[in-house]
Amino acid sequence: MSKQDWFLIPIFLILCLVPLSGSRFYVFLATDILIFALFAVSLNLLLGYTGLVSFGHAAYFGIGAYACALLMRKASIVFPVSFVAAGLFGALAALIIGFFCVRLTKIYFAMLTLAFSQIVWAAAFKWNSLTGGDTGFIGVPFPQYLDSKTRYYYFTLAVVVVCLFIIRKVVNSPFGRILTTIRENSERTEFIGINVKFFQLVAFIISGFFSALAGALFGIFNHSVFPDFLFWPASAEVLIMTILGGMYSFFGPVVGAAVVLFLRMQITSYTQYWPLILGMILAVLLFFFPGGIVGFLQNRLTLLRGNR
Amino acid sequence: MTLPDPSFLVIQCLNGLTYAMFLFLIASGLSLIFGVLGILNFAHGSLYMLGAYFTHQLVSLFVDTPGQFWWAVIFGSLAVAAIGVIIERFFLRPLYVREELNQLLFTYALVLIFSDFARIIWGTDQFSVSRPAILKGAVDILGQYFPKYNIVIILLGPCIAFLFWFILLHTRWGRMIRAAALDREMLGSLGVNVSRLFTVVFFVGAWMAGLGGALVSPVSAIVPGMDVEVIVNAFIVVVIGGLGSFWGTFLGALIVGQVYALGILVFPRLSLVFIYVLMALVLIIRPWGLLGRPLQKR
Amino acid sequence: MILTVENLKKSFDGFVAVNGVSFSIEKGELCSIIGPNGAGKTTVFNLITGYLPLDEGRVIFNGVDITHMRAYQICRLGMRRSFQRTNIFPRLTVFENVQAALLAYRGKSFNFFTPVETLFREETEAILGRVGLQDHSNAMSGSLSYGFQKQLELGIALASEPDVLLLDEPTAGMSTEETSATIELIGRIAHEKGLTLLFTEHDMEVVFSISERILVLHQGQMITEGSPDEVRTNPDVQKVYLGEAR
Repeated sequence: MSKQDWFLIPIFLILCLVPLSGSRFYVFLATDILIFALFAVSLNLLLGYTGLVSFGHAAYFGIGAYACALLMRKASIVFPVSFVAAGLFGALAALIIGFFCVRLTKIYFAMLTLAFSQIVWAAAFKWNSLTGGDTGFIGVPFPQYLDSKTRYYYFTLAVVVVCLFIIRKVVNSPFGRILTTIRENSERTEFIGINVKFFQLVAFIISGFFSALAGALFGIFNHSVFPDFLFWPASAEVLIMTILGGMYSFFGPVVGAAVVLFLRMQITSYTQYWPLILGMILAVLLFFFPGGIVGFLQNRLTLLRGNR
Repeated sequence: MTLPDPSFLVIQCLNGLTYAMFLFLIASGLSLIFGVLGILNFAHGSLYMLGAYFTHQLVSLFVDTPGQFWWAVIFGSLAVAAIGVIIERFFLRPLYVREELNQLLFTYALVLIFSDFARIIWGTDQFSVSRPAILKGAVDILGQYFPKYNIVIILLGPCIAFLFWFILLHTRWGRMIRAAALDREMLGSLGVNVSRLFTVVFFVGAWMAGLGGALVSPVSAIVPGMDVEVIVNAFIVVVIGGLGSFWGTFLGALIVGQVYALGILVFPRLSLVFIYVLMALVLIIRPWGLLGRPLQKR
Repeated sequence: MILTVENLKKSFDGFVAVNGVSFSIEKGELCSIIGPNGAGKTTVFNLITGYLPLDEGRVIFNGVDITHMRAYQICRLGMRRSFQRTNIFPRLTVFENVQAALLAYRGKSFNFFTPVETLFREETEAILGRVGLQDHSNAMSGSLSYGFQKQLELGIALASEPDVLLLDEPTAGMSTEETSATIELIGRIAHEKGLTLLFTEHDMEVVFSISERILVLHQGQMITEGSPDEVRTNPDVQKVYLGEAR
């Protein structure tokens, strides 16, 4: 951990203390935020680091959620195995889908990721016997040893912290550096001797793996899995979190997830028009803070330091 | 497997054709805007939805005017076009210098805003607009009834397509639009007022979407959520036909219309999957679409 | 022969850009390709380096047929290029630009857990020193001046110790001073490293001062090749550059 990361310690301590507040509401919200933070950071490995706009990332989240729930309920496999398997299913789906997608660029890439995620959604929606169709797959229990909101919260916290640590390692590795060169100028990257498509595919697989883990966490947290998890507006939502928070910083998506989910929780208790508010926040942000919340703060910080 | 009654098959085909014409109206506007401005406008479905709501509102306003439906269609769609111009002038223009993703997300923000805006004004009830007086009733096709209104729509589609094609090929504005789609920078250096051209293109594109919504109002229910449903289908149409390709959009609309209409008969459970598989296949095999042209590196 | 090109052909939408170009280059040679705009110089580069698929012809590099290889594979065999428009990684620092090229060349790119900032520090600084960018190592490369960006590009290309370096208009857009400084730099590095160099250039003074051999392209075909003196006095070349005098 470098010097710049000192701020992570108090945040981690606060997160550990959340259940002591005694508020079920905060434990619920914090679990939700942690899960979506992991999902958004996984997406950002493609978006902010590799420069690939996936418009179908809900697919891997949903696949993870269904895989974990189905393995536990229908195949009676123990939770830890189901959980890891869910991640592997996500990685496998990302391998198959990514294989085709990385051949395309820009808007065509986004469109193909959208098409594939809609195929997965339609399959989940129509395959009643397996997924329960549009009524969803209901009644997924907490595993025995995690059978309270608080315990599940700590489990989520541990998983998310470990996953973020690993992803952080990856983006700060040579592999991660090459991903940023692909984002900046994929043609040039090819001409320093890098198989760009292959690197993009590997990034896609890693992203799919962690997205699926986030989905698996969410399915159990929610006690049920619905086709809506995979529907394209869900892909748009995580994209919004990522960009709102700041796609050019590692923790930007975490901030984005926290802000969006916190505001949603607050605002939906006053009005049903949350999408309107979200749309306005998004529009204002795109206009005035193109680097997202974290990008804006970083700019401010550099300015302050420069003035001293 | 039991074969469906052939007359029913014909009617389904015609239904698919009707749907295709609406899709064509919306998707051609989407494709036009993408071709010239390079923006994939998520809010296009919202403009379509507004067209339908405006028409509903205007029809009830013009209750005693002769030809009320047609007036409502004209004014309703033009109001949508005006909204389109406002979006382009005041909101999209400052974003042209930004990354494409910002533009895309801004149009998505508009989707969220417009859908709730419609819910606030019109609530969540379903509305329907009654067909114009002269087009009430149906004709007998192989013993099945098919509404006269739908027949007019099916005939109107190719007319609009032809008109559009004519404008693109034989007018000064059309030539500029085609040139802009090929090379934006060059157009500016040739002394064309690019920013006015963009506004005109957005006006036309938004107008087509509004017109689609206005004309669909007697055929299907006006409900919240119609915006999101149609935009995904319009994306599928332009992707299959070729982004920015005009005849490709026409072909794409015909294909998607038929897949929906006939898919329900043949594989009722799989029709939803089928359309996305088709989209994915086109993107994998011919990413530039059936009638689009591949971008060539030099 | 380190590089042999046989009968290259390429057309775009019916327009024949390159029409049967053949030449060979010996190891350590310093060659240039000249020709009026649209003669097909850049397209020839694009075909050799795998940036574009070719319609017909063969490219042999170091005894290996690279005709149908992909760009990154050709790179790994030891051929590097620069682009006419500057081609760097703008939102990475100067240091990171060169370091990335080193990572790729030294086979360290597919490594997930070593902190990247610890790798190849000295090597990167050494290369930056060689191209005169040692004082800008932490600058955002996209904000550098045009001349510096071109130097950085050269640094990226050098990081992989290529056998053959293809430079597309290395001095395009530079002032006279920048041009001579860059040319001096290129010549020096080529000699030190025993590089084989093939470059296109619009500045005839530069071409005739440093090239050992010159290839002349016109309308997609090679009209002549030879030493600077031979080319200078060739009547066909004069026709192409000065127009039909009659």
